[in-house]
Amino acid sequence: MPRLVSHPDEVKIVTKRFGQGAANIDRYIELGGYESAKKCLEQGADWIINEMKTSNLRGRGGAGFPTGMKWSFVPKQSQKPKYVLVNGDESEPGTCKDHLIFLHDPHSVIEGTIIAGLAIGSKLGFIYLRGEYRYLLEIMEKAVADAYAKGFLGKNIFGSDTEFQIITQSGAGAYEVGEESALMESLEGKRGVPRIKPPFPAVVGLYGGPTVINNAETIATVPHVIAMGGEAYAAVGSPRNGGTRLFGVSGHVERPGVYELPMGYNLKKIIFDVAGGVRGGRKLKAVVPGGSSTPVLLPEEIETLGMDFDQVGKAGSMLGSGGVVVIDDQTCIVEFALRTISFYQHESCGWCIPCREGTDWLKKSLTRFHAGFGSAKDIDNIQYLAENMLGRTFCPLGDAAAMPTLGFVKKFRKEFEDHLNGKPCPFAKHVELSVV
Amino acid sequence: MSVETMSIFSPQLAARLDALVAKYPVRRSALVPMLLYAQDEVGYLSDAVITEVASRIGITELDVRNVATYYSMLRFKPAGRFNVQVCTNISCMLRGGYDIFDRFQDELGIGHKGVTPDALFSLEEVECIGACCWAPAIQVNYDFHDDLTPDRVPAILDQYRAQAKSEGKADHA
Amino acid sequence: MADVTITVDGKKLTAPAGALLIDVCRKAGIEIPAFCYYPGLSLQAACRMCVVRQEKVPKLQTACTTQVAEGQVFITDSPEITQARKATIELLLGNHPLDCPVCDAGGECELQDMTFKYGAGESRMVDVKRHRDEQQWSPAVYYDRPRCILCYRCIRMCGEGMDVWALGVQNRGASAVIAPNGGDRLDCEQCGMCIDVCPVGALTSGSYRYKTRPWEMNHVATVCTHCADGCKVTLGVRQSPEGAEIIRADNRDKSGINGDFLCAKGRFGFDFVQNPQRVSRPLVRNAQGVLEPVSWERALRTAAMKLTEVRDTRGGSAIGVIGSNSTTNEENYLLQKFARSVLRTNNIDHERTADYAAFAHALAGHAGRAASLRDIASAPAILLVGGDPTKEHPLLAWELRTNVRINRARLYVANTTPIKLERQAKAVLRLPADGYPLLAAYLGGQSTSIRDISFRDALLAEESLVVIFGPEFRGAQLDALVKWGIERPHIRYACIGAYANSRGAADMGLLPHLLPGYVSVSQPGAFSSEYPGMPTAPGKPLQEMLASVSSGDLGALLVVGANPAANQINPAELRKTFLIVQDIFLTETAAMADVVLPAASLYEKTGTVTSTYGDVQLARKAADIPRSKPDFEIIVRLAGAMGVDVKTLVPFGGSAVTADLGQSRGAQAGEADRHAVWLAARSLEPKLSPFDPFATMDEIERLIPAYKLDRLNLFGGNDSPTEPGFVPLSQLIAPDGVTPAHDGLFTSGTLGRYSTSLVDLLRHQSPSMAETAAD
Repeated sequence: MPRLVSHPDEVKIVTKRFGQGAANIDRYIELGGYESAKKCLEQGADWIINEMKTSNLRGRGGAGFPTGMKWSFVPKQSQKPKYVLVNGDESEPGTCKDHLIFLHDPHSVIEGTIIAGLAIGSKLGFIYLRGEYRYLLEIMEKAVADAYAKGFLGKNIFGSDTEFQIITQSGAGAYEVGEESALMESLEGKRGVPRIKPPFPAVVGLYGGPTVINNAETIATVPHVIAMGGEAYAAVGSPRNGGTRLFGVSGHVERPGVYELPMGYNLKKIIFDVAGGVRGGRKLKAVVPGGSSTPVLLPEEIETLGMDFDQVGKAGSMLGSGGVVVIDDQTCIVEFALRTISFYQHESCGWCIPCREGTDWLKKSLTRFHAGFGSAKDIDNIQYLAENMLGRTFCPLGDAAAMPTLGFVKKFRKEFEDHLNGKPCPFAKHVELSVV
Repeated sequence: MSVETMSIFSPQLAARLDALVAKYPVRRSALVPMLLYAQDEVGYLSDAVITEVASRIGITELDVRNVATYYSMLRFKPAGRFNVQVCTNISCMLRGGYDIFDRFQDELGIGHKGVTPDALFSLEEVECIGACCWAPAIQVNYDFHDDLTPDRVPAILDQYRAQAKSEGKADHA
Repeated sequence: MADVTITVDGKKLTAPAGALLIDVCRKAGIEIPAFCYYPGLSLQAACRMCVVRQEKVPKLQTACTTQVAEGQVFITDSPEITQARKATIELLLGNHPLDCPVCDAGGECELQDMTFKYGAGESRMVDVKRHRDEQQWSPAVYYDRPRCILCYRCIRMCGEGMDVWALGVQNRGASAVIAPNGGDRLDCEQCGMCIDVCPVGALTSGSYRYKTRPWEMNHVATVCTHCADGCKVTLGVRQSPEGAEIIRADNRDKSGINGDFLCAKGRFGFDFVQNPQRVSRPLVRNAQGVLEPVSWERALRTAAMKLTEVRDTRGGSAIGVIGSNSTTNEENYLLQKFARSVLRTNNIDHERTADYAAFAHALAGHAGRAASLRDIASAPAILLVGGDPTKEHPLLAWELRTNVRINRARLYVANTTPIKLERQAKAVLRLPADGYPLLAAYLGGQSTSIRDISFRDALLAEESLVVIFGPEFRGAQLDALVKWGIERPHIRYACIGAYANSRGAADMGLLPHLLPGYVSVSQPGAFSSEYPGMPTAPGKPLQEMLASVSSGDLGALLVVGANPAANQINPAELRKTFLIVQDIFLTETAAMADVVLPAASLYEKTGTVTSTYGDVQLARKAADIPRSKPDFEIIVRLAGAMGVDVKTLVPFGGSAVTADLGQSRGAQAGEADRHAVWLAARSLEPKLSPFDPFATMDEIERLIPAYKLDRLNLFGGNDSPTEPGFVPLSQLIAPDGVTPAHDGLFTSGTLGRYSTSLVDLLRHQSPSMAETAAD
């Protein structure tokens, strides 16, 4: 069972019901659950969207798109049914926050989905969980069934004339399905290959109908935003970055775990204070701030870095999914880069040339390079490949592979050079990396 | 042929799949979960499974294969009764994921994608399973085991051996 | 859509709003490279080659998915864009095997061309390339994964274009592969369109692979010799020790009436040309009753003597002539002229597969009411009654599907049995088994046992309609169907029959009752100056001729490119007459002959053929097979051997020659011309040859009003429609002589049996797809 952690600096909004048995619907109601949904049912769509805009809540999936604005793009009138789609395909390495939400507070996801449905005028929502999360899917399914039993879902939610249904869905192992249009494809029973945009999902989405797609954390946050009021929620975070964020701290720290901290909280403090510092008293070598696709940061870059979308972006990386991966000074960056790129090579859907061929080529080069058979030219080639994938691929997966690669090569060129001339990797035990 | 009368699945699964296709606005939406549930029972996506799923959804077998081969949890060869999936992605790697994997290899005497001769276990090195903060982590079938050390590996295997014994030899594969 | 103005590389371009930038640029002569983009198929945005820079947009955009809007500004050529394209090619070449020297596509490869253009000449990749063994999916299709660049053209062509959906993509990432529907085999129509659209050598043709280099071939555009749809086909021809052999057939420049399309028969069914079973020498039956090789002179003399003898002793009515469905118009014209004016008989017919005579009769006097294939391809609404185009008329089926898919045309199908094209139909009327005779009455609003009124109402609501009917409609029934529409100004008609020049055979008067252009033989004074001494009583139709053979009443029978012994008469019966056969093979009929004259196939001669839609096209000489002669030349020589002044048959030389623009010359065919040698030896000018089929063209056009051909267009390789509305009203002849062929995708009458490729493909098909060979 995933271990829950806590720290005094935490501001528990999304996680406030964690560990309190809130998967039980009665307990959830006891803890104030479903009040936000009822309030939204009374207040109506425009009010909801306005609150969301005021809250400065930005998408927790990684791109950080303002949620209220996303919802407002959905046309009010539509020939085709509109849909809400909750993205619980949590697959970005370093990220396990949604795991805890589904486990400890499944009803917050359901309540958030209902509110999103009310906001855009949809009658049907889908909650899509990655296939590996089977036990969490079972928890979600139970929660949905309980909500139906209470009349919170169905033809007349909360006794009103409004209809809202929820269908839960399982994936079957594909990182790419986390991309919103690939998620729709998967939900339609197809290969998880992204769609050409435009049209954007808000106009033509699932089954051709207007669709809002939100990350599970975003959706779970929604009821709390409504409960607190948009303004109060916004006040918790930093400018233009409302509220809190679930930061999953993993890797070489003393107390790894998922911590809920205000947006803009200092990264150095997250590592050294909240998560107890680098394990075994070792030195910090680097940190990946927001899941494996975000470029690596050096210790000197995090001194004053506040963890919100804008500040991390300014530092040349991304807040991403909030998965902070801490790397100590006994780690081989080349191996780390190889393991990262192996993942993207494995997960590339293969649709477009630059991503399919680029990730494969990078993996081959890095494998050979790390094994001690590299040449100086390889370092430039790796950089060249990554630069030529960046911005040229069909979907962001290519960027997700290229960006961290560029970070590793540029910031740790010396370490790459140390692998040259047949020198063995100074760190790794796994010189011959087994390949997934 | 009528799927209901000719099903290769257990009555329970067949009933579940009947309900599944009826759940969505579009029948085909049932495809991915249906494949996974069928695999849970049969052990892998045999030709017969593909045929029946195609007929249940109302699409061609080619279409089913196009989709099925995309998803990494779906397999076309039998795995062990307990499929051990060791995450070695970055967060797990940093905390010894490869040591865990090595230990499983040693204990089971098989490598990546291997199956033990008694078909009880199979082993896979997998990508991130969403347990990064409790790394290193593995999944045995759908069960998570986290905060692992190599020393805990034998006990985990014993747990499943015992489970197999108590459930009898009613092997699904 | 309203027009908008955009700026591309500083040039102002005007295009309809929403048009794709890649199309707009290409139309304006601005080259945008692309692998995955293919006009008419769905968009992929997968290859990333068509990237362009749009003003005020941060990332490079794909031109294939960018819809133009007013005021947009684009750059399509800059160092940034060139680098992006170069890098994409470098990435492809990282895994692509550089086996260009042996690859079929070498020299015709889009990846090679782009590599050349964008200069990705140096490889940065030093790691091992991924390898997979080549797979054979069918006798026609091989797949070489390492060469595949995953542009998905094949999948879309097969699915969207052919409506077959036999190809898919499996696995993901760098492991992704194109996969066939049968696991390791391809169960499909074997049209080879996937091979055709493959930009590289990943999909290769079973019949062409590793045979030659593209630049070693001459490419001759001609007309397919199989079904009646009239696809333009480009034959790849290579010099051989024996002459010139055909190595490949495709639709290389896509310039023909068939655009992208070619079916299995057109693409693979050319190999009968090199079949070792071809008759390679003239044969005469000797005293022992055995066919033995003789010289051309001896064979022609033997035939001529017998024909002269029978004519002079028993009269022309004791001679019968059976013509062909796949010889050229000029040959057919000449054959019937020879029969009527030299043999003095109207006993001339051919194996009729559709009642074109009744069709011409019904349309006579109504210009503009026949539908060419191009009319069908652009018609807003089509009614298809009878037939199964998917199997019997693959090009028609393609045009109907394409018209529905791209233009949203409305297809209505009325059929007694379900056909595949119903998948594209807006409405289907399922007729009872005996329903076709009722159709005209039903459409005319009369009360019949057909109850579905909505189908008729929907049809009548169409502002413009093309009615296509199968060979089920003949005689009075056909007449009634056409009459229904003739009364309505917006309806046009097409009649579908079986073989490459079935329509031409009827148009040229290979009919016992009718002269060229469907003029009755009994019409006073008809053709009297061209055909002096022609009998004016109708001759015997084919069945009656064969009956006369069986009863021993026919003195001589000349069969040109037909095989009645396949299914119309017991071969042994044919020994009861003096039988002369001109054919490519020693068919069941030829085997019974007294004289066999080895003929050239349609791929070995020049002339025109008329598709079932009345579109006339130029067939050009591609292959050159020694010791055979075009039927035209054989007939002229036969007439010459009978002592006829061939100038009365073929008005060559002098002022009569205006039709020959030189296109029958070797230069045009790209081959050494044996005729030129023959003529030069006789001090004749090549242009003035009696063997020049075009020497008859003036006469054909003069006598057949429907044939007013745009010659420049025709000689330029385009189709030229005929106008049956110009046909003078003629007698309706009885439909008895019509036998629909019902050839499938891999059969083509007798000819198909001599194509090893088609026989192999037929054998490959799973029972559900297979058809039995029809003759």
